Amino acid sequence: MSRTLPTSAPIPARERLGFAAFILVSVVFALFFLLPIVWSFANSFKPAAEALAHPVALFSKAFSLENYRRLNTVGAGWTVYAGNSVMIALGTVVLTVLVAVPAGYGFSKFRFPGQSALFIVVMATMMIPFQSILTPLFLILKVLKLQNNLFGLVLIYVTFQLPFSIFMMRNAFDAVPRALIEAARIDGASQWTILRRIMLPIALPGVATIAMFAFLNSWNEFLAALIFLSDQNKFTLPIMLVNVSSGIYGIIDWGALQAGVTVTMVPCIILFLLLQRYYVRGLTAGAVK
Amino acid sequence: MASTAQRPTQTVTAASNDPEPKGWLGLAFMAPSLVFILGLFVVPLVMALWMSLHNWPLLGRRKFIGLGNYAELLADMQLWHSLGFTLLYTVLVTAAIMAVALPLALLVDRPLRLAGFFRTVYFMPVVIGFGAASTLWMWLLNPDNGVFAHLLRGLGLVDSAPRPLESFWPALGVIILMVVWKTAGFTMVILLTGLQAIPADVTEAAKIDGAGVFSRFRRITLPLMRNSLLLALVLNVTSSMLAFDQFFIITQGGPSNSTISAVFSIYLASFSSYRLGYGSAMSFVLLVVLVAISSIQLAFLRQRPEES
Repeated sequence: MSRTLPTSAPIPARERLGFAAFILVSVVFALFFLLPIVWSFANSFKPAAEALAHPVALFSKAFSLENYRRLNTVGAGWTVYAGNSVMIALGTVVLTVLVAVPAGYGFSKFRFPGQSALFIVVMATMMIPFQSILTPLFLILKVLKLQNNLFGLVLIYVTFQLPFSIFMMRNAFDAVPRALIEAARIDGASQWTILRRIMLPIALPGVATIAMFAFLNSWNEFLAALIFLSDQNKFTLPIMLVNVSSGIYGIIDWGALQAGVTVTMVPCIILFLLLQRYYVRGLTAGAVK
Repeated sequence: MASTAQRPTQTVTAASNDPEPKGWLGLAFMAPSLVFILGLFVVPLVMALWMSLHNWPLLGRRKFIGLGNYAELLADMQLWHSLGFTLLYTVLVTAAIMAVALPLALLVDRPLRLAGFFRTVYFMPVVIGFGAASTLWMWLLNPDNGVFAHLLRGLGLVDSAPRPLESFWPALGVIILMVVWKTAGFTMVILLTGLQAIPADVTEAAKIDGAGVFSRFRRITLPLMRNSLLLALVLNVTSSMLAFDQFFIITQGGPSNSTISAVFSIYLASFSSYRLGYGSAMSFVLLVVLVAISSIQLAFLRQRPEES
């Protein structure tokens, strides 16, 4: 780039024009992706009259929490649904990590006959859509007496997360240098100590990735929650949203709906902004393998 | 890939290099995950096949009917319609997503802080669930106090608020717009990894040889990012074939059942009419179609262009 500098005037001008075009196009796209989120957020704090008159306004003169209060009178109230969603998401995160980390370690550092076939079976489940096994799962949960039960849903979500999580963790453990493990073993460290003291610290970014995917996917999942939860007190936030959006006696409370959308999406956005690089790492793991 | 770095040390100690003294111990580490996958994935999969051969109501006696459900599928017009609709949706939405995501990837593929900021912004809707995104767009689109209605009227483009959900093509159009908004950032990131893997000196050399922007894009960028383009295609096609949330929430299958997707019809058969056997047969057909699609596309992915 700096080579072109001596030829002076015309090129920097062209570059500046190119940069201006880049900014202009980027900003237009940014508005397209950001505005719906901002609109919903802004309208959740507007009093009803103002939301009806000026839905487009990003700032309102009056600030009100009435939408959130009304949302708390829908069914069991949004705080109950948010609590259910938090419990399901945290349960899925904890169980996924507890199950997938040892499995990834096993696939990475041990060899036994039939092991690669087993790995192929685990990965093949990634190709099979979970939507196609919901009907039998419905019966299995019934037999296990876990139908209409938050823990039952957690078990299902963990299973859906496992193939990807095991794949991620195996790659994370593959990155641990063999020499390090051998040195520890010579020093008399047990298998368990090696996993805890040497492997896990190196594999920690992988753990963050699978935990984040487990959280977002279970927080946002809709179809399985719709099918497996039938008791009004056990719904998750997405199911609550659909109930609000289908209205009562044909009248939809749009203000309460915006409050619901806000409490559902804001945690995801905050989590993403905080842990962005772990998320993108998970996405690109498939792309560059 | 990662193992290539370790190979030299392995061959040195080859004779005694059995990776772990106690290989079977690994099975103990995997055991919990295998219980999950076996109990809640493999068993249901086999059960789905078994159930599809039965007349299996939720309550009451089930009866073995062989391929009866599959025979019924062939004659089920609503099902064929929903499969056709799912294919139409998949083709249109995949094309739309690619058409937006590729320019986005090219746009933000620069070593600027600002480009990183825009990448984050474009990606943000991806982390919002389809449930929240669908209800959010229901509000944006509603004719009474929706933002779009207000904007269009404010600009004087329309006299009365448009009601896009009341006829087929406008309804499909707004759903596609919503899905592009929600998922283009995801495809952008996949394509970006492909773009960034293109060695800078290749582009540089072409520039010196006098290749213009368009021929560089067509002759160098596109062929070299072939793998990530294909991967993006696979992921978009499979996820669109399984679309459910947006049709259940925004259009509710309407107008007049014209936007019932494949998964939606499975949902209706199994959990609305409680015909579990018939629902399983539909699931199985969908499964075969999807596995076929992804294995064909993955086979294409395997044959990489010769790389150093």
